[in-house]
Amino acid sequence: MLQTISLLLENKPGALLRVTGVLSSRGYNIESLTVARTVDPELSRMTIVVDIDPQLRRQVIKQINKLVNVLQAIDVTDTPSVTREMLLMRVRAPRAARAAILKEAEIFGARVVDSSVDGFAIEVTGETEKLDEFINVMRGYGEIEVTRSGVVAVSLESRKPRLSPPVPAGDEAKNNHRVNKGVLN
Amino acid sequence: MSKLMTGSEILLECLVREGVDCIFGYPGGVLLPLYDAMYEHPIRHVLVRHEENAAFAASGYAMATGRTGVCCATSGPGATNLTTGLVNAMMDSVPIVALTGQVHTKLIGSDAFQEADTFGITRAATKHNFLVKSTAELPRVIHEAFYLASTGRPGPVLVDLPKDVLQEGCHYTPVTEIHLPGYKVYSEGHTGQIRRAAQMIWEAERPMVYAGGGIVTSGASEELRRFVELIEAPAVTTLMALGALPSGHPNFISMPGMHGSYAANMGMTHTDLLIAVGTRFDDRVTGRLSAFAPHAKVIHIDIDPAEIGKNRAADLPIVGDARRVLKKLIKVLEELAPYHRERNAPARAAWWDEIRRWQAEHPLEPAVSDTEIKPQHVIAEVDRLSNGEAIVCADVGQHQMWCAQFMRFSHPRLWINSGGLGSMGFGLPAAVGAQFARPDKLVFAVVGDGGFQMSIPELSTITSNGLPIKIVVVNNGYLGMVRQWQTLFYNNRLCAVTLDNFPRAEHLGAAYGLPGRTVESPGDLRPALEEAVKEPGPYLLDVKVSPYENVYPMVPAGGAISEMIFEEPKPVEEPVE
Ligand SMILES: Cc1ncc(C[n+]2csc(CCOP(=O)(O)OP(=O)(O)O)c2C)c(N)n1
Ligand SMILES: [Mg+2]
Repeated sequence: MLQTISLLLENKPGALLRVTGVLSSRGYNIESLTVARTVDPELSRMTIVVDIDPQLRRQVIKQINKLVNVLQAIDVTDTPSVTREMLLMRVRAPRAARAAILKEAEIFGARVVDSSVDGFAIEVTGETEKLDEFINVMRGYGEIEVTRSGVVAVSLESRKPRLSPPVPAGDEAKNNHRVNKGVLN
Repeated sequence: MSKLMTGSEILLECLVREGVDCIFGYPGGVLLPLYDAMYEHPIRHVLVRHEENAAFAASGYAMATGRTGVCCATSGPGATNLTTGLVNAMMDSVPIVALTGQVHTKLIGSDAFQEADTFGITRAATKHNFLVKSTAELPRVIHEAFYLASTGRPGPVLVDLPKDVLQEGCHYTPVTEIHLPGYKVYSEGHTGQIRRAAQMIWEAERPMVYAGGGIVTSGASEELRRFVELIEAPAVTTLMALGALPSGHPNFISMPGMHGSYAANMGMTHTDLLIAVGTRFDDRVTGRLSAFAPHAKVIHIDIDPAEIGKNRAADLPIVGDARRVLKKLIKVLEELAPYHRERNAPARAAWWDEIRRWQAEHPLEPAVSDTEIKPQHVIAEVDRLSNGEAIVCADVGQHQMWCAQFMRFSHPRLWINSGGLGSMGFGLPAAVGAQFARPDKLVFAVVGDGGFQMSIPELSTITSNGLPIKIVVVNNGYLGMVRQWQTLFYNNRLCAVTLDNFPRAEHLGAAYGLPGRTVESPGDLRPALEEAVKEPGPYLLDVKVSPYENVYPMVPAGGAISEMIFEEPKPVEEPVE
């Protein structure tokens, strides 16, 4: 079943690979993935849609949360959240079909972002199902080419990430550990 | 305040601040700046004879002490050679920091000489890894690496160091603070959950304690002992936790799982409350999961939240450090004891009767013969000399399982082996690390003839450093564990398991500069071992044992742990086409 995971992670090299590694090492296929900086340039927000056995969902979220670069990973599949995806489409439109295409676009709340003798470039935003539907409809008018952004999600519940405070560096940092000093010959 | 230093000098300074006293390593081109800085540096560098063994030695050092082991290797082949040792440390939660050389930052990605994508290759082999891009960030990264390796659930952390990062000068200011906002360590258990656990424990009629390596890691042995005594429950310790409860403790009923004791496996099968602490329900322990502890509620205490519910659902999860949680739990149990202690007394007495009956039915006893040396007999003799006090580093195979069954350990951190990965070639280099860490200790490397031949070059590390390790080769002439499976489950069609031409111990010892002796008759076994221990330096004993012994009890793959076999099953019929 498709699961949508929203992640807050440090904007560091390799961080993306670590997250996808948790999924790929278990053989899960990623349906979509988006990532971009947050208001804080040191952090990124990532939304992943992935097909995971329902019984293993919690386990995967825990594994992702374990990553040092991940501040928070939450499963937003069944919690109040808004998800959106954007789609850009080029559609070949002979003169006779142009009016109908524009009408259809309007119904879907799509915008024409380029127009030429060959056809249109159209931009539309919505939930995944709506975009699927739009593609279906436009196919009827001729050859199309589509680029989708992948899903972005925002949770409607405020869940502050629990961040770890700084700790002293060096041997002192482990003072909660029982240290057994070895001696050298 | 700040001082102009090279990257290499800064690195060594940070290691000193981390309390590092020795590094197991192997140099190479890109590491020349580091090795130059190590010249006459107080941190001791131990030159192993293969990088894999650097990681194993660092692990042996860490397992013997609880301190973070350090290993280092050059770029490319050096780093790839380390990888098995990293995965091993990952599987067994061993704190090590690996330092690898990398090509100049300007050459990264150009297929430069001895370049490998170490950062990419070791991502899944480490708890975390770093590629250092500038000398300025080096101190922060080093301290973060040590912090990550040694806290929470420990594990290997790798730091990849391009040559220019080691070479360039930089103003060094000591880092005083580490900030890893996303690194969560949950060490305090939830008070409410601990209370509920105490209630469940007093209510149980057939409680059973299942303790794992987390006990050793968190230093919770004393708490574990008080805990099992307070609740008067039988306890098993996993392969990673032997010694966490003294082997002679009356509540200890040995190891569970594939080669566990009958009593341990029957106990796990019939308990009504399994109290799992610092353990991960490994498949070698649980056997067929659907038949594992089928009547039990499970309390699962672990510092790693991702372990809880991974293999077996927990009725009561507690995320926390084993020692801290047990401390709190003991306190609550004591508070509640006056109201509950007697409550299930008859049921608990009956439970102990059952446990004792199982113990008597199939006791773990080493086979001994006076015509040939049984491998179990070798372990029993090593055990007699150790008397629960020596460090024993095992390799992987039958001899390892016999050690687990027959060696007694009076303390934690005496038993050192490769559990999760089961990596042959571990025993000898691990003994090197352990002996460096504990020069005061008698260290045995009990190895198979197969695994030993994977690590023979370390004999020269041993003699070069005068390490008085006693090497006992349990020589059955076979890759014994694989031979056992071929015998039992593949109609004894032995394929690629014969180890001919084992080098004569006397000659091998002479070649490497240590005494070597071959033992072939049961009567010579004890005197030979005594001679080895008496010798002030290292000693190599090759003990020729009966070749066809199998490790029992055994839970066949995919079986329930209650379905142990104690002898060779009847031959399998040839399949009819
Ligand atoms: C690196 C590695 N390769 C292969 C194996 C598979 N394996 C497990 S036990 C074993 C046989 C070990 O033989 P030996 O060292 O002689 O020990 P014995 O079982 O005879 O005591 C093998 C090949 C392994 N565990 N590790
Ligand atoms: Mg063998």
